[in-house]
Amino acid sequence: MKLHRVLAVFVRQMYLYRRSLPRLMEIFYWPLLDLVLWGFISLYLARYQGNLPNFVTFFLGALILWDILFRSQLGISVSFLEDVWARNFLNLFVSPLKPGEYLTSLMLVSAVKIVLAGGIMSLLAWVFYSFNIFVIGMSLVPFVLNLVALGWAIGIFTTALILRFGQQAEILAWGIAILFQPVSAVFYPVAVLPPILRWLARYVPSSYVFEGMREVVASGRLPVGKLVWATGLNAVYLAVVTFFFYAIFRSVKKKGLLARIGE
Amino acid sequence: MTEKRAAVYDPLKERDLCAFSGPAIELTGVTKTFNSFMAVDGVSFEVRPGEILGLLGPNGAGKTTIIHMLLGLTTPTAGSIRMFGLDLLKHRERILGCINFSSSYVSMPFSLTVAECLKVFARLYHVRKPGRKIDELLRTFEMSEVKHKKVRTLSTGQLSRLNLAKAFINDPKILLLDEPTASLDPDIADKTRTLLLRVADEKKTAILYTSHNMREMEKISARIVFLHHGRVIAEGRPDEVVRKFAGHDLEDAFLKVIREPAP
Repeated sequence: MKLHRVLAVFVRQMYLYRRSLPRLMEIFYWPLLDLVLWGFISLYLARYQGNLPNFVTFFLGALILWDILFRSQLGISVSFLEDVWARNFLNLFVSPLKPGEYLTSLMLVSAVKIVLAGGIMSLLAWVFYSFNIFVIGMSLVPFVLNLVALGWAIGIFTTALILRFGQQAEILAWGIAILFQPVSAVFYPVAVLPPILRWLARYVPSSYVFEGMREVVASGRLPVGKLVWATGLNAVYLAVVTFFFYAIFRSVKKKGLLARIGE
Repeated sequence: MTEKRAAVYDPLKERDLCAFSGPAIELTGVTKTFNSFMAVDGVSFEVRPGEILGLLGPNGAGKTTIIHMLLGLTTPTAGSIRMFGLDLLKHRERILGCINFSSSYVSMPFSLTVAECLKVFARLYHVRKPGRKIDELLRTFEMSEVKHKKVRTLSTGQLSRLNLAKAFINDPKILLLDEPTASLDPDIADKTRTLLLRVADEKKTAILYTSHNMREMEKISARIVFLHHGRVIAEGRPDEVVRKFAGHDLEDAFLKVIREPAP
């Protein structure tokens, strides 16, 4: 073993981190999010010790629903990255394909992935833990649709950033949805959060979905108000990210970066 | 009355587009700057139907930027680009459906088979009877035996041929080729040149071609546009360009120009 060769590879990796903010963020991002998320879960468990109704439903239901949001986002971002990795992006955009058509097809891919992933997770939860996701009832449909919409909004946003900053931003494809997790109150109620995050959660559509899910499980009533909030916020999110995507697309064309994606 | 109506050129009708007898490509005073760097500086030229025009110049002369502008991948800072008499910026989708592009430096989705790749592009270009067209192209580019092989298993030369096959999928009226024979063996490169000459002659396809192979340029280009530092420094038949720079062939003329100290 030669030290100079070991150091050569080490230095090559360090060069990447020196010039890339997204890569540098990755070092701090995951530990920080883990700490925040599990910290609040611990707080919730400690505070409501011995008084946690339908605990399995809360947790497994939340997990499956969170995965739907995550898959829906990955369905957009990773499908886009497939074309970037294959250096095929240029071939697509020299055809009459419009950016809107491209996004629509990515949404379709995402929908297929959600059906498959959601189906398998629900089946496994039923087989292993006798947990039936449909215990949530028909409220499940609008909840799922809202999570899918938020996943798409995050996916489109991530795609726009990768378009602009190239492959160094692809780490965001896996990380950006997780940023929403602590304020989505997936595994604990919004009430557990400190005031600043509680305020932030009011503007995150998924917080209404997970709060709503818990309400359905606890009382059997569909919280229409929460559903309206989630839908309204999602409409705003989708409108803003679509505008953002088109603005980035125009800017990338102007800068000549569209032809260089994947290089 | 019918004759009079037919004489009116309607740019949005397919039959009129194919029958358009003016310049297939028309650049007028096209300039492209990236921040303070001027990649293309007031370039004007045209390519007529059935003509092969060679875009010649050293690395960084602006050839690829011009091709990218013609493909709508980047927008000119100034000047206009018209194809079939239509403004590219206003009629992007319509124009891109009738043109195609191939480059040795662009890849294809490597997890797909050759046939699957071509089927995707046949759909993008709305090709009628895609199966027949794909078989015909695979025969033309001697790739029938790899029809069901994955792209990742292809050699560099086969990948270039797949890109060329893709470029012919929609029977383009304009073909933009960026060093298409760069990684082909002399046999396939020669067959490709013969095919290009035949397509230009029989189908009246306008072909814009870049290559660093000077013999190839002299052999197939009806005219050459010589670019240097983003500007057109010569334009004409290959022998006229050679004469202008007092070379004994195109390579000699090329070397004389690029090795001349900047004024």
